[in-house]
Amino acid sequence: MKKIDKDKLIIGAAGPVLALVSSFVLTMLVLLATGLDPIEPIRLMIENAEYADIQVLIVNQTGIFYLAALAVAIGFRMNLFNIGVDGQYRLAAMISAVVGASVELPGPLHILLIVVVAILTGAFWAGIAGILKTTRGVSEVVSTIMLNAIATSLIAWLILPANFGVQPEGSNDLTTGEIAESGWFPGIDMGQGNGEIYGFTFVALALGVVYWFVLNRTRFGFDLRATGESESAAQASGVDAKKMILTSMLISGGLAGLSGMPTLLGDTHTYSLSFPVGVGFTAITIALLGRNNPVGILFAALLFAFLEKASSNLDVAGYPKEITQIMQGIIVIAVVVSYELVRRYGTRRQQQKVGEELAAGGAIKTDKEVSA
Amino acid sequence: MELHGITKRFPGVVANKDIAITVRKGTVHALIGENGAGKSTLMKILYGMQKPDEGTIAIDGEQVTFASPGDAIARGIGMVHQHFMLADNLTVLENVVLGGEKLYGIGAKARRKIQEISDAYGLGVRPDVLVEDLGVADRQRVEILKVLYRGAKILILDEPTAVLVPQEVDALFDNLRELKAEGLTVIFISHKLGEVLKVADDITVIRRGTTVGTADPKTATTKQLAELMVGSELPSPETRESTVTDVAMLRVENLTLLEGGATGAPLTTAAPADPSSTTVVQEVAAGRKLLDDISLTIHKGEILGIAGVEGNGQTELIEALMGMASPDAGVITLDGEDISRVSVRKRREGGIGYIPEDRHRHGLLLEAPLWENRILGHVTEEPNSRRGILDPKAARKDTERIVREYDVRTPGIDVTAASLSGGNQQKLIVGREMSHNPKFLIAAHPTRGVDVGAQAQIWDAIRDARREGLAVLLISADLDELIGLSDTLRVMYRGKLVADADPATITPEELGSAMTGAASGHLEGTEQSEDGDAR
Repeated sequence: MKKIDKDKLIIGAAGPVLALVSSFVLTMLVLLATGLDPIEPIRLMIENAEYADIQVLIVNQTGIFYLAALAVAIGFRMNLFNIGVDGQYRLAAMISAVVGASVELPGPLHILLIVVVAILTGAFWAGIAGILKTTRGVSEVVSTIMLNAIATSLIAWLILPANFGVQPEGSNDLTTGEIAESGWFPGIDMGQGNGEIYGFTFVALALGVVYWFVLNRTRFGFDLRATGESESAAQASGVDAKKMILTSMLISGGLAGLSGMPTLLGDTHTYSLSFPVGVGFTAITIALLGRNNPVGILFAALLFAFLEKASSNLDVAGYPKEITQIMQGIIVIAVVVSYELVRRYGTRRQQQKVGEELAAGGAIKTDKEVSA
Repeated sequence: MELHGITKRFPGVVANKDIAITVRKGTVHALIGENGAGKSTLMKILYGMQKPDEGTIAIDGEQVTFASPGDAIARGIGMVHQHFMLADNLTVLENVVLGGEKLYGIGAKARRKIQEISDAYGLGVRPDVLVEDLGVADRQRVEILKVLYRGAKILILDEPTAVLVPQEVDALFDNLRELKAEGLTVIFISHKLGEVLKVADDITVIRRGTTVGTADPKTATTKQLAELMVGSELPSPETRESTVTDVAMLRVENLTLLEGGATGAPLTTAAPADPSSTTVVQEVAAGRKLLDDISLTIHKGEILGIAGVEGNGQTELIEALMGMASPDAGVITLDGEDISRVSVRKRREGGIGYIPEDRHRHGLLLEAPLWENRILGHVTEEPNSRRGILDPKAARKDTERIVREYDVRTPGIDVTAASLSGGNQQKLIVGREMSHNPKFLIAAHPTRGVDVGAQAQIWDAIRDARREGLAVLLISADLDELIGLSDTLRVMYRGKLVADADPATITPEELGSAMTGAASGHLEGTEQSEDGDAR
């Protein structure tokens, strides 16, 4: 039995490793093809990551990616593709920023209000796709992509000075106004001008634990996973598929809404036109690479945060920093291919092993054999 | 045709080992063996779907290798699959020419050819009928014709009788004799020994992937064949003493389900035909009745068997009883409680056990470990969880108990369900369902695709539970199983319960005629008595 468990672990790690190695190699080939040194940029990035201020940036970005990737992963676990995490994240950040700036409450309450508004907004936006799917059978892939576009336009309209927007003196940017200091989430100052680690990063990590517990230790989590593995079997086992779709869409949207909080509560304290976009799309890759596993996602989020933050001054050294985007893109493809390869190999291997062990008399002693 | 030393290895198992068969031209050659003995693999090799690792195939003395089914077809080998490969919405003619357009075109020439083949072998195929309007036996004949149309001289029939009622089996055998008389060769795969003795000229027995012997149908008995096939006598589903009580456990009244689900299906205004009439009004329009006024009662300790050709509403009946489909009319009462509008989960908690007809789709999470599969369907019940929180430790412990008590052959409970054989998967499901002390068990084809050893154990488990007061609804295509296990028999035809019978006196042939709609009412064990319109 021990042997099979060890096998499972190796096979589990083989997928991501295979994907990462092949994407690194392919990226190097791209660099070679354009006549650039393939090793130098990577060396530069690693060197970059040795600076404390870059490390803080990486940690903060990891928290943001982690939340967004959890949002994607919970959908993936039941075969729902919430492509709309990005829209849910932006809309939630915008609305909660507006609400946060318009009230003044004692510290924790102020933060709580902003967070709750963000969760509700994200859940509401994802819930539209959920309701469309359960009542009309609309594919959530299509509807969430479209909701992304709608969110973009909606935000653009809401942020007009005529509505909720504020145009700071001497700036072209539009913001939603500054949130009062009572609504700032305290962070950990790393000293010497290295910046602050967002306090919300720890909330993100705690939610990773919650994610694990809910999926692996609760009835709800079991139903959700069962639905993902076989919808027909789950239905026969008593899962209400429609309710399940709607619930997981709402949770996914709520988490997506939370992923704007580290930036909003810990850094910008306002939603502006320069608020980071695309987080929800990167998160899809991260969730894939992390195999929807909370620990795996953490490492994947860390890697992507590194790629994003450590590459910022490649340009200065004469290398296009877009190579990290190429690498991210290749990772998506490599992940999908290598996981399927590894999965097939694993299934075959286990069938073979079970066959061998049974042939070798390794079966659990059954009553029938004992009495015989 | 000759096969020599055919060996095929799959990772970990040898599916075929040193198989040697000689098939004489112009004969019906039966290949028998129990589930998992390696018959299907051998046929796939013969039909070019898989390549043997070792061994040779010779046709008419000439050695051949097949890279694809196309090569096999070119060599005059044709295969009739157990599951038909026909497009329902096309006509017979269209189905036959599909993929073979180059042979005789798609028009008058093709039609002539089809008619010619049909007449030559007495197949009685009508080229312009839609396949969806055909019964199972007719579809099978279309499949055979399709193969002949492509010029096959050697026909492989994979378990052709599994879906047929006894009368249809006889008709099929007549067709096979015609084919034989015309000089064609038929390879007939089966595990039904009686049938094999009736039709075959030669018999080859396969056990554990290798040929263990040949038999002469003129002298062999089913008992000898069974011993060759499984190494011991075949188990019998016979139920001994009756344990039927007069306490009703499940009562179904006037259950009706319309096609297209409960939403928006227009109610058919067509008045139901006189209930005593045996003619069937065929409603083609949407809103067809999948379940038509079904009423039945199952008592504690009773096994009620439902006979019927597949697709006559059995699946829908199960879905309605489980709560997966919501009926348009009717009342379901379990142990005195109305459960007609109760959710699947509440019904399962309320004591319905379910052995699904398709265990891969409805009974298992194939890629999850055994202990998680033990939770499936009973996630809200002890020992799997408490107050919403799973208890993996208790679930694992109980899985080990099931593995022990129900003889599930596995190296451990952390292997995936997919890595077990069909019989062991089924034993796990039976063990799981029995572990929650069901009041009422739905057993749909409980021993389909299961080896002989597991079959006997599953029958034992059902019989034991019945003795303790379990009510069982048994749905099966295996008439011997139905007659052997059931206390009461009903026949389902086009969504209706059309006949009932006493399993003590009925024969498979009599049951078969009711399954095709030819008889109804109470079936007497003796000669067909004409009391058709009674109940």
